[in-house]
Amino acid sequence: MRLSHAFIERNAIVLLVLALLTVTIGGIVEIVPLFTIETTVEHVQGVRPYSPLELRGRDIYVREGCYLCHSQMIRTLRDDVARYGHYSLAAESMYDHPFQWGSKRIGPDLARVGGKYSDAWMYAHLEHPRRLVPESLMPDFAFLARTPLETRDLLARMKTNIEVGVPYTKADLAQAEADLRAQDDPSADHSALEKRYHGAHVVPGNGHPTELDALVAYLQVLGTMVDFKDVTPAQERQ
Amino acid sequence: MPGKIEKDSVTGTETTGHEWDGIRELNTPLPKWWVYVWLASIVWGIGYMVAYPSVPYGSGYFHGLLGYSSRSHVAHEVAEVDAKRDIYMKKIAAEPFSAIEKDPRLMQVAEIAGASTFANNCQPCHGQGGEGRIGYPALAAGAWIWGGTLDAIQRTVTYGIRSGDPKARDSQMPPFGKSGMLKPEQIQQVASFVWSNFYGHPTKGEDIAPGAKIFAANCAVCHGPEGQGNPAFGAPRLASHVHLYGDFRAAIVRQVTDPRMGVMPNWNQRLDPATIKAVTIYVHDLGGGQ
Amino acid sequence: MSEHALPGGPVLYNDAVVKKFVIACLFWAIAAFLVGVYIASELAWPQLNIAPYLNFGRLRPVHTSAAIFAFGGSALIGTSFYVVQRTCRARLWGGDALANFVFWGYQIFIVLAATSYLMGFSKSREYAEPEWHLDLLLVLVWVCYLLIYLGTLMRRAEPHIYVANWFYLSFIITIALLVIVNNLGIPISPYSAKSYSWFSGVQDAMVQWWYGHNAVGFFLTVPFLGMMYYFIPKAANRPIYSYRLSIVHFWALIFIYIWAGPHHLLWTALPDWTQTLGMAFSIMLWMPSWGGMINGLMTLSGAWDKLRTDPGLRFSVTAVGFYGMATFEGPAMSIRSVNALVHYSDWVIGHVHSGTLGWVAFIVFGALYYLVPNLWGRKGLYSVRLAAWHYWIATLGIVFYIASMWVAGLMEGLMWRAYDRFGFLKYSFVQVVVAEHPFMVLRMIGGVLFTIGAVLMIYNLWMTVNSPSTEAPRATPVAIGLPAGAVVAGE
Ligand code: HEC
Ligand code: HEC
Ligand code: HEC
Ligand code: HEM
Ligand code: HEM
Ligand SMILES: [Ca+2]
Ligand SMILES: [Ca+2]
Ligand SMILES: [Cu+2]
Repeated sequence: MRLSHAFIERNAIVLLVLALLTVTIGGIVEIVPLFTIETTVEHVQGVRPYSPLELRGRDIYVREGCYLCHSQMIRTLRDDVARYGHYSLAAESMYDHPFQWGSKRIGPDLARVGGKYSDAWMYAHLEHPRRLVPESLMPDFAFLARTPLETRDLLARMKTNIEVGVPYTKADLAQAEADLRAQDDPSADHSALEKRYHGAHVVPGNGHPTELDALVAYLQVLGTMVDFKDVTPAQERQ
Repeated sequence: MPGKIEKDSVTGTETTGHEWDGIRELNTPLPKWWVYVWLASIVWGIGYMVAYPSVPYGSGYFHGLLGYSSRSHVAHEVAEVDAKRDIYMKKIAAEPFSAIEKDPRLMQVAEIAGASTFANNCQPCHGQGGEGRIGYPALAAGAWIWGGTLDAIQRTVTYGIRSGDPKARDSQMPPFGKSGMLKPEQIQQVASFVWSNFYGHPTKGEDIAPGAKIFAANCAVCHGPEGQGNPAFGAPRLASHVHLYGDFRAAIVRQVTDPRMGVMPNWNQRLDPATIKAVTIYVHDLGGGQ
Repeated sequence: MSEHALPGGPVLYNDAVVKKFVIACLFWAIAAFLVGVYIASELAWPQLNIAPYLNFGRLRPVHTSAAIFAFGGSALIGTSFYVVQRTCRARLWGGDALANFVFWGYQIFIVLAATSYLMGFSKSREYAEPEWHLDLLLVLVWVCYLLIYLGTLMRRAEPHIYVANWFYLSFIITIALLVIVNNLGIPISPYSAKSYSWFSGVQDAMVQWWYGHNAVGFFLTVPFLGMMYYFIPKAANRPIYSYRLSIVHFWALIFIYIWAGPHHLLWTALPDWTQTLGMAFSIMLWMPSWGGMINGLMTLSGAWDKLRTDPGLRFSVTAVGFYGMATFEGPAMSIRSVNALVHYSDWVIGHVHSGTLGWVAFIVFGALYYLVPNLWGRKGLYSVRLAAWHYWIATLGIVFYIASMWVAGLMEGLMWRAYDRFGFLKYSFVQVVVAEHPFMVLRMIGGVLFTIGAVLMIYNLWMTVNSPSTEAPRATPVAIGLPAGAVVAGE
């Protein structure tokens, strides 16, 4: 053993190349098939790209580090399913760049929080969690309600999502600004928004969304895209 | 090899003959236990991979000899518990409340199922013991907005309040201030009346008569001439110590100016009818049921 | 022996850059520990989330990056430069300018990363939060680091490459691979710091935890083993226990480590086959990990008495013990049924800190107590007693930290899945939050103790460099002599 290893030990480049080869194998075997095995992402109806307002809300979710306290992944375990609902499918995060599954539950799982609470509760809770839930550890996010949502780069964000594989259409881009404002305005006409983004949840705003408006729009869509009454066990097979 | 093979006097083992910055290495063989435990873990690992879904290939993967899938596993587990309590839950779903109330076993299951459902769904709004929050009514106080009978509660929980469900409970207090129906000083007057007469905080020397008139003309339709409320419109009882928006004069002014109109979600999409009945019974028994 | 005589002295080696890294490491240690104490306090008293930039969600990545990359990374790059020069008998390749570029480039990367988190820039990939422009800076610095390291290995005067360098080298190259693949993404504009990941959903999760797990493997484990392979035999003045073991466990470790990533995604929407591989390889990783521990601990045979007199060595050896513990716990946590209990809970945080406080920080402390007197040419530590105090206070801090997290984690896991007799969930989520509170306080106290220990160390090292009492007589060679108990065969 010593003799054969001596060659590697005496040659830095050989050592480097062998080490590199050794560490690539596992990654290739585990990652590449996830792109080639068709059942990896289940074939279920309903999952759509995020509406412009939801997408911006998601950016804020990422920015504020919500994923450090909240998971968005209901595991195939009885208690997870009992507490949070149907286990998460891979399909449900297929347009999530990046994924937000999380690795710690300081707060509850949010994968199906959409529709669970009213908008008023969501706003009040995000602004001052402990006024509603005195036991909560969650930071106050009241500043989000005071911060107007930056929309100048909305198209750039959507186009970048197209580049990484999210199927926004030309019409989606053309109407992005209008859709964003409509979703923040209960008195607006929502038919176009609804056609493009089925089930988009209109938040109580005035067409000039704050960051909090966007965040609530995002939270209220979580877990609502797939209607599990329509899903057969065969479709869920991975 | 340039180095000299030496013998370590402590362990009696030979060195490899190399030295770096004074560091040498002994040529001790691999510890036997280490090799065996490692081999055992490898054998176990391979066995595990044979038993469970593991090795991928181009378009599929080896499904394992046990035919295991975590999804069918959890479905099975859930079905198993469901089956155990189905005898009760099916009855709870089928029987009217009056029959359930007579069956202590069913009541026990309903209370337990209801407590669990309440803790995981209702508590964030209504509080741990149903004590309520500003804007989120107390459920244990007997001060019902929409009615505290089992049937009324069941309906509220199933369809929600202003939830958007077609069968939701719905009503709207007019925005007296915002719409200009009442002028600011009139709002102050009616607020003084409500604050003094119903909320029970009379202010010495204050004239509440103008407010009483405004109340009779504008508010009594819904809230009743004595402020007793009307569950048909979800108009809260004002002559009470329990107030949805708190025991503050400012809350009255705000409500008359621009009413908030709270939303309670409909639970028919998230909970099955038996569970809704169970949580209804639990809420009813929190202390305020009618 | 003449051909193996130690050249030593500042003429040959670039120790200036090592000194800089040592100072940076000490600075970042305090920064990382203080931020750790602050976020620990936020979880005990959430009112401390007083401003957007001090919110837990923005501060936590500051802690993890400062601890792993700033404190740990500065220790690693610094010691690797120290070790590679001495075990190759060669000055750093690429000249002082390149080495200084690596130092300053790396420090600037860290400062920019930390400030960007506070401002709300984050890719939300754990341990890879910096946005794309900072990633590019890091890759540039890292390539230079690789060049220096490889160049130095290639100009070595020793015929063989010492084990420590195998570990350091595979760390450098693997981290490069991991960082590049995991950070693939597209910025929304060349002028914006916002980007979207190339991957999405389940594939993104796998890539991230392939990275995340191996950030642990190849940043927090492999190179610190390299550190161990140099500083323990030096401080103990004993030969490495088994050369053969080092070969086998090195290759086995780096091969198997890469496969274990899916143990972060058990029971999720990651396909079952990938989960199985992650679990199986994690179990097979146990013994290769322990190979390092065996080599570290057994190197002390014949020198155990030194633990009483050398607190630096005591840190190193305790570190190896914690390493053994964390790498036993890890495979256990990778078992599907165990993971169902511990995942998402504070158990993981306890595991993390038995690894990072017990292993990473302690092995660094051990190296620093050895390194500082040697680098600055002092005859010894300013105060061995103070170092002993550091040892005991820090150990107590770790005990507070991990014991409280184990209890909290177990409690959370059990409460989340507690059922009443009809199979309904027994506790609401916030009831568990309430039950955690005392353990959050205990953990915070543990962190304070650990930080106090580090402050004592910095004072001690400062005095070591500056106090007249540690001045070495001019002629004393810095080098350590022959390993005790070694006799030339045949003599
Ligand atoms: C320091 C930890 C922490 C952070 C950071 C945090 N949360 Fe929370 N969150 C909690 C805790 C604890 C709870 C449970 C108590 C409560 O309801 O407030 C919670 C509850 C919630 C809930 C209610 C979930 C339910 O089902 O009851 C939502 C929604 C939520 N958080 C959203 C967010 C969003 C969005 C962010 C980021 C902008 C965020 N949280 C950041 C700790 C946190
Ligand atoms: C998003 C917050 C929210 C959640 C979650 C919620 N509620 Fe409510 N609930 C409300 C609000 C707001 C009202 C009062 C609506 C109004 O203003 O009339 C209400 C009213 C009620 C009422 C009527 C009270 C009365 O005085 O007539 C009942 C009963 C009730 N909730 C039960 C429940 C139960 C049971 C659950 C859980 C399954 C639940 N609620 C979950 C917000 C919530
Ligand atoms: C069309 C019916 C209607 C009329 C007319 C009406 N209200 Fe109301 N009122 C309601 C409803 C419904 C609510 C419950 C609001 C909620 O659930 O958020 C309410 C709530 C209130 C509350 C809050 C009670 C609490 O517990 O905090 C006050 C105070 C109040 N009304 C005062 C008035 C006064 C004063 C007037 C007349 C100037 C008036 N209301 C006229 C329907 C009415
Ligand atoms: C004074 C010492 C320290 C304290 C008080 C401390 C505290 C904390 C806290 C409170 C968290 C967040 C836990 C949570 O989200 O629930 C955390 C996470 C973390 N810390 Fe520390 N820490 C300390 C030292 C260190 C050191 C020295 C390292 C690394 C070398 C480190 C690495 C990490 C990592 C990797 C995480 C993330 C864990 C995960 O996501 O699972 N910490 N620490
Ligand atoms: C054989 C060695 C090891 C194995 C198999 C292992 C296994 C695991 C597992 C299964 C988890 C995930 C728990 C969960 O989220 O469900 C985990 C988390 C973690 N481990 Fe280890 N561990 C090992 C050694 C170490 C060591 C030595 C360290 C530190 C120096 C370490 C640091 C971490 C960190 C930082 C995380 C948290 C990742 C996150 O953010 O979620 N591990 N480990
Ligand atoms: Ca984590
Ligand atoms: Ca608005
Ligand atoms: Cu891992």
